[in-house]
Amino acid sequence: MQLLTSSIGRKIVMAITGQAMVLFAVIHLLGNSSIFGWLNGGINAYAEHLHSLPLPIIIGFRLALLALVCIHIWFGIQLTIENRGGRPRQYAVKSTQKATFASENMIWTGSLLGLFLVYHLLHFTFQVTSPETAALKNLVPLHDQMVPNVLGMVVAGFQNFFIAFIYAGAMVVLFLHLSHGIQSFFQTMGWSCDKSQPIIVKLGTLVALVLFLGYVTIPLTIFAGILKG
Amino acid sequence: MSDHHKTMTLTLIVWRQKGPNDPGKFETYTAKGITEHHSFLEMLDVVNEDLIKSGKEPICFDHDCREGICGMCSQVINGAPHGGQDRTTVCQLHMRKFKDGDTIYIEPWRARAFPIIKDLVVDRSALDTIVQAGAYVSCHTGGVPDGNAILIPKPAADESMDAAECVGCGACVAGCPNGAAMLFTGAKVSQFAVLPQGKPEAAARVKNLVDAMASCGFGNCTNHYECQVACPKGINVKFIARMNREFLKAQFV
Amino acid sequence: MILDGKCPTGPIQQTWDKHRFDLKLVNPANKRKYNIIVVGTGLAGGAAAASLGELGYNVQAFCYQDSPRRAHSIAAQGGINAAKNYPNDGDSIYRLFYDTIKGGDFRAREADVWRLAQVSNNIIDQCVAQGVPFARDYAGYLDNRSFGGAQVSRTFYARGQTGQQLLLGAYSALSRQIKLGTVKMFNRREMLDLVVVDGVAKGITCRNLITGELESYAADAVCLCTGGYVNVFYLSTNAMGCSVTANWKAHKKGAFFANPCYTQIHPTCIPQAGDYQSKLTLMSESLRNDGRCWVPKRKEDCGKHPNEVPEEDRDYYLERKYPSFGNLAPRDIASRAAKEQCDDGRGVGPGGRGVYLDFSTSIKRVGADTIKERYGNLFEMYEKITDEDGYKRPMRMYPAPHYSMGGLWVDYNLQSNIPGLFVLGEANFSVHGANRLGASALMQGLADGYFVIPYTIGGYLATVKPSGTNTDHVEFKKSIEDVNAYTNKLLNVNGKKTVSEFMRELGGLMWENCGMARTKESLETNLKKIPALREEFWKNVKVTGSGKEFNQDLENAGRTADFLEFAELMCRDAHHRNESCGGHFRVEYQDQGEAQRDDANYCYVGAWEYKGDNKTPELHKEPLKFDNVHLAVRSYK
Repeated sequence: MQLLTSSIGRKIVMAITGQAMVLFAVIHLLGNSSIFGWLNGGINAYAEHLHSLPLPIIIGFRLALLALVCIHIWFGIQLTIENRGGRPRQYAVKSTQKATFASENMIWTGSLLGLFLVYHLLHFTFQVTSPETAALKNLVPLHDQMVPNVLGMVVAGFQNFFIAFIYAGAMVVLFLHLSHGIQSFFQTMGWSCDKSQPIIVKLGTLVALVLFLGYVTIPLTIFAGILKG
Repeated sequence: MSDHHKTMTLTLIVWRQKGPNDPGKFETYTAKGITEHHSFLEMLDVVNEDLIKSGKEPICFDHDCREGICGMCSQVINGAPHGGQDRTTVCQLHMRKFKDGDTIYIEPWRARAFPIIKDLVVDRSALDTIVQAGAYVSCHTGGVPDGNAILIPKPAADESMDAAECVGCGACVAGCPNGAAMLFTGAKVSQFAVLPQGKPEAAARVKNLVDAMASCGFGNCTNHYECQVACPKGINVKFIARMNREFLKAQFV
Repeated sequence: MILDGKCPTGPIQQTWDKHRFDLKLVNPANKRKYNIIVVGTGLAGGAAAASLGELGYNVQAFCYQDSPRRAHSIAAQGGINAAKNYPNDGDSIYRLFYDTIKGGDFRAREADVWRLAQVSNNIIDQCVAQGVPFARDYAGYLDNRSFGGAQVSRTFYARGQTGQQLLLGAYSALSRQIKLGTVKMFNRREMLDLVVVDGVAKGITCRNLITGELESYAADAVCLCTGGYVNVFYLSTNAMGCSVTANWKAHKKGAFFANPCYTQIHPTCIPQAGDYQSKLTLMSESLRNDGRCWVPKRKEDCGKHPNEVPEEDRDYYLERKYPSFGNLAPRDIASRAAKEQCDDGRGVGPGGRGVYLDFSTSIKRVGADTIKERYGNLFEMYEKITDEDGYKRPMRMYPAPHYSMGGLWVDYNLQSNIPGLFVLGEANFSVHGANRLGASALMQGLADGYFVIPYTIGGYLATVKPSGTNTDHVEFKKSIEDVNAYTNKLLNVNGKKTVSEFMRELGGLMWENCGMARTKESLETNLKKIPALREEFWKNVKVTGSGKEFNQDLENAGRTADFLEFAELMCRDAHHRNESCGGHFRVEYQDQGEAQRDDANYCYVGAWEYKGDNKTPELHKEPLKFDNVHLAVRSYK
């Protein structure tokens, strides 16, 4: 299987898994944005809607996401180790011109995102880091039933400076990772040419920026006291 | 022409390495009496003449045609393969790009796949190995159709020519932080992939070339595009994209 | 001795076909028992090694560069001729044959030239099949351009780098055979001796340029495809590594050297800027399609900015002297005309050694974009070297040594007078006579490699028993000892002057006294000065390092030592040829500035036999017969 063993093959797998996660990030952001109240019942209603999906779908979806993350990380580490050996000694003078901070530090931004992901899951999904505000333990009425108070949990979390800072910082890292990752996807899949490539680079950065702004708005507005529970 | 008699003095910090197993180190030299019309290699000639006269070993460097086409010259100057001037090989780089008193670092191509032979001379036979893996049309000598029997649309001929401009110097590998040969190989794959003559073997070619890259010890592409900057012939990274595309296509035929 | 070129007789149109039929064949099953050495991997060597390997022979190929793709054929810019007549402008095999004979100033063999013209068409087909990206028109057909010395458009091209593309084609064919195992490639090897056993070429001795070790290789035939010798002028358009060494070593082992005085000075090169300069850069002759050569009519105007010299004060000397060919006059004529203007004190640029090549008329006619599309890379190159913009001010050009028509003597089968030694491409003397036409070098290299040697070498091998690759014979051991002793001798002089200083001095003597114009006196000066310089070399040269390592100084020293011997032969040949023809211009023999041939006394190939160190070589003659193209004064007026 040249797709799983060769340099280009593994990069294609990296590109596809990465891009699938970008898609997830877009949908996740759309869902999260319900916190601003465009959905009747806000983010609590959105969360309840997700939880009311059949269990096999939820589990399947989570496993699929987990697989994407694992494959992406596995090949990422493997390729990076190989690449570090590609040039055994660095030049005395560094004079890179097109490589960016983002492109040169994908392994580090990726690692930070991985760590953040663990924290984020512990914080909001498994709700073990701040048990006193855990949504599952604090039910609130929505329409005519009691549902977990996700809004309360989020607001309580982001009112804490450190937590808000971690989230905002993670989004900066996400921006860096995606600003290289999105355009890279098109190059690796071979879906770019000399004319489209500069446009793809700009569009990729734009999408990364939109995701960054979208995500970072939540902790910032809460911490600033604009968005309240 | 006006500064014909003005000369420069430069400090060179040059990588010296006796052989493949020697650790190597930087040595400092002074280049005197250099005019703006000296080419970079002619400047090194001057330094070497001085070294020989004082009984020291001259700096070894690869060079041959000195007109930017044979691809033999290979030096990293201040961190940039071929010195960083747009579309220029070291042999075509002229000293008018430098100022009196400048300090210049000169190093060999650095990549796992290019072991150092001596000083600035490296072994680039890995590039030949990639070509031998299939960067050709397997036609026989004689027994081929008339040149005009195969019509090739001008855009395809031009695209192929853009890829074929590669001089095989290896600057793309030297410039790549991963020591990857993707631009070189991409250019080879593309040159033939766009031509009708190259189509029958396109799938096998790309697969074999990609395998050859790995077995030669080249790194992988991380889309920094430093290779395109380093390339003295301006080969575009679109050819890497095309190779990726051809590779993907080849998995399904 | 009167040499016999073994040319087939009968109607010229049938000579090659008939000869091919008459050549003996080697049984396919027997081919793998034969070993062939190919030295040099340019167009001739690369094509030969690939084609012979494909036929089933065991081939060992050698080059001094780090890859066979870098041979200096790569630097040819303009194009390759073929008698396809695609533009329907009156071309034919016969016309290409005629133009080449006439262009060579009637000093080439008719049969060889006919064969070249005949196979020229196959070359284009072959290269297209290999994927060489020749220029195409919008309908997808191959495009042609015109070139100096011809009135038809028969030149195929790939931007300004036809040589590179053709070489990459041959290199790809070679790479395929290397992969298949029929060719074994030895990079970074320099041939330092030919091994002759019982009068037959049986192998070579090489220096491994990485380790310094001397290596022996044996075979049933040796093909030298080692290019030309114009680096004898020190400054030339050749690559730094181009040398006469392989040919000279073969010459010293008995191979005759033919017409060494025929050297081509290319009219359009970037003028020298200073003494430190290491090489001259050629600008494709195709530039003369759209560029007009001129110098100021008055000496006072030479210092002015060219754009300030009004039209009426410019002397478009080629158009004036050769109205029918104008700026497309053949190379030797264009070069001499440029020199004449400069000698007249009307040259421009540093030292007054330059003429203008002006594109303003063409830019007005077809637009700067079209000119850019045609020659963009050349303009770029010019600007990199001179820091001047060729679109805005005329380029400065001056002739520079470029190609050697002379070379080792070969018969019609490309075999030298040593059985088993074949010589291909620029390294032999055969088809260009006293002057080569533009876009014909690529044609010859590939013709010899793809379409001549595969047939003719079989004719030879069919007559000999395979001898294997064993190098135990005493001649191989002796050769290694000799080369070793020679190398040590070079290293042990330990004098004061560098190799480059000697080479520069020799180049100066050659350019001054045996260059574009030669006289009896100038040649006699050289015949005195060169042996003296050689003697000084062996007493006072300084070569650093040892013979057991990568040592570029030693490489250069060896090449220079050979040039110091060869240069004398070249001057001797020029001195003996009391006529002017093609690239050999003897000032005494001219008619109102035009070269004056002496067909009654010099219509022959002069082939020199080596007689020993510091002994006078012996001249052998091969008379030239012209049955198809009648001897005539070459006129481009």
